Amino acid sequence: MNVLVLMEPGEPSRQALTLARKFGEPHGLPVQAVQPFAPDALAAALARAVEELDAGAVFAAGTDRGNEVMARLAARLNLPLAANCIGAAPGDPATVTRLRWGGSLLEEARLHSPRPLVTVAPHTVPADDGPQPPTIEVGSPALGDLVVRVSDHIKPTNGGISLADAKVIVSGGRGVGSKEGFAIIEELAGLLGAAVGCSRAVTSAGWRPHSDQVGQTGTKVAPEVYIACGISGATQHMAGLKGAKRILAINSDPQAPLMLNADYTVTGDLKEIVPAISAEIRRARAGRTSS
Amino acid sequence: MRIAVCIKRVPITGGRIVLTADARAINTQHLGFTMSPHEECGVEEAVRLIEANKGDSVVLTLGPPEAVEQLRDAMALGIDRAIHLQTDGQEWDGESTAAALLDAIRADETSNGPFDIIFFGNESADSGGFQVGLRVAYALNRPCVTGLKRVTLEGSSVRCEQEVEDGRDVYVVPLPAVLTVKEGLNLPRYPSVPGRMRARSKPVADVTPARPAPRLELVKLLVPAGQGRRAESLGSGAAAAPAVVDVFQKAGVL
Repeated sequence: MNVLVLMEPGEPSRQALTLARKFGEPHGLPVQAVQPFAPDALAAALARAVEELDAGAVFAAGTDRGNEVMARLAARLNLPLAANCIGAAPGDPATVTRLRWGGSLLEEARLHSPRPLVTVAPHTVPADDGPQPPTIEVGSPALGDLVVRVSDHIKPTNGGISLADAKVIVSGGRGVGSKEGFAIIEELAGLLGAAVGCSRAVTSAGWRPHSDQVGQTGTKVAPEVYIACGISGATQHMAGLKGAKRILAINSDPQAPLMLNADYTVTGDLKEIVPAISAEIRRARAGRTSS
Repeated sequence: MRIAVCIKRVPITGGRIVLTADARAINTQHLGFTMSPHEECGVEEAVRLIEANKGDSVVLTLGPPEAVEQLRDAMALGIDRAIHLQTDGQEWDGESTAAALLDAIRADETSNGPFDIIFFGNESADSGGFQVGLRVAYALNRPCVTGLKRVTLEGSSVRCEQEVEDGRDVYVVPLPAVLTVKEGLNLPRYPSVPGRMRARSKPVADVTPARPAPRLELVKLLVPAGQGRRAESLGSGAAAAPAVVDVFQKAGVL
């Protein structure tokens, strides 16, 4: 049986390809086949390929692009879609395991469909080193499928270190207390060459911009060290921390979920602890230069 | 101008998710509820557009009787009226949710004319299906742009900014259109007391759609195993600072 895979550059599509091999012989449709990006044109091309190859299933990475194109394909073919799966097995019905709540919960589900449509949550399935699939040729898109297409691109304004790439993040939560309270967080971040992050409570209060927010509806981060100051650790926040190597939690409540899910903890008032850490870094550096 | 916004009632999960005995839902006995975060921004954007351009705004939800709380919340922020697609609390999959909302939207448009914009959240906080808005758009044969962080009216078109890895992609599509938005689009206002009072008397139309057998059928939920972190205490108060700096040095970030 043939299966289709929407291929984007990068690891997540290779992970989707790995899962697709369990369903049949994969054929790849590169997302760059339509330039500039036009999701309806890609969905139309996938729909044509489903027909021509009599494909038994279609896979894509559970990226923004992958989920979007697959949802359009599902609407077009009038089929169900299982998004952000971490496992899938063929059968009647097919079975899938998928992420809920940004990965804080898993769902086992049956997918009743003549052609399972599945997106694979990035970095949840190891990619195999199997062969690249043959590439499907995409004809010229119909005009009607180009109504929604990228017509311009805005480069990010380069203000400091981006959260997604930061090696160290100093993050503040409700416990910081106010907009002004972030001065000590910024000071520590400056000393560490770190990015400043925050929890959703902080953005909702208007203390920091949404671009600083770490979590399910903010940025997902993967630093070497994540320093959480006065953040309780709701699932909303933890969903953004799955890639963090080491977590240091500073909180007055030793039973806060983040304190129980950290690698290192300091209990107490962050307004004393954070400046003390900054002072200690300065002392350590001064000692290093004088000796 | 006419604007619709579709929202979903979800529990505020806090720190640890506990499931019901049959593992088919979250035990919400001790939890509060809210609308899914992306959709709060959809409501705010709808209210701002109507404030600037005048017209009619409608909020829709598919959910249990208690979901009327979230409809009132949206109306407290300034939405004019609500349509409640009532369920018995059972889970609906993305496909059936879209079909039910589509029927309600079509019925409203038959009486009142087409919506210029229908807002959805990019994905719901709980089930995260990434599809309801796109399915409705496809059925209505309207353009749909997803994951938006900025929306600007330009005559009879709408300019949309979608967050991508290296900045933002821009789309310009003709109205009427369906737009799915993400948190960060705007900073939703807090409801005022007069707003809450007004919301109590705003109209809520009830419909009771029949739930089709889901083709994406939930069997059970699982709480994933933790990441196996075992917290090591570095002490308490300012006295812990040297131990923290040691950790930074060992991690090679100092």
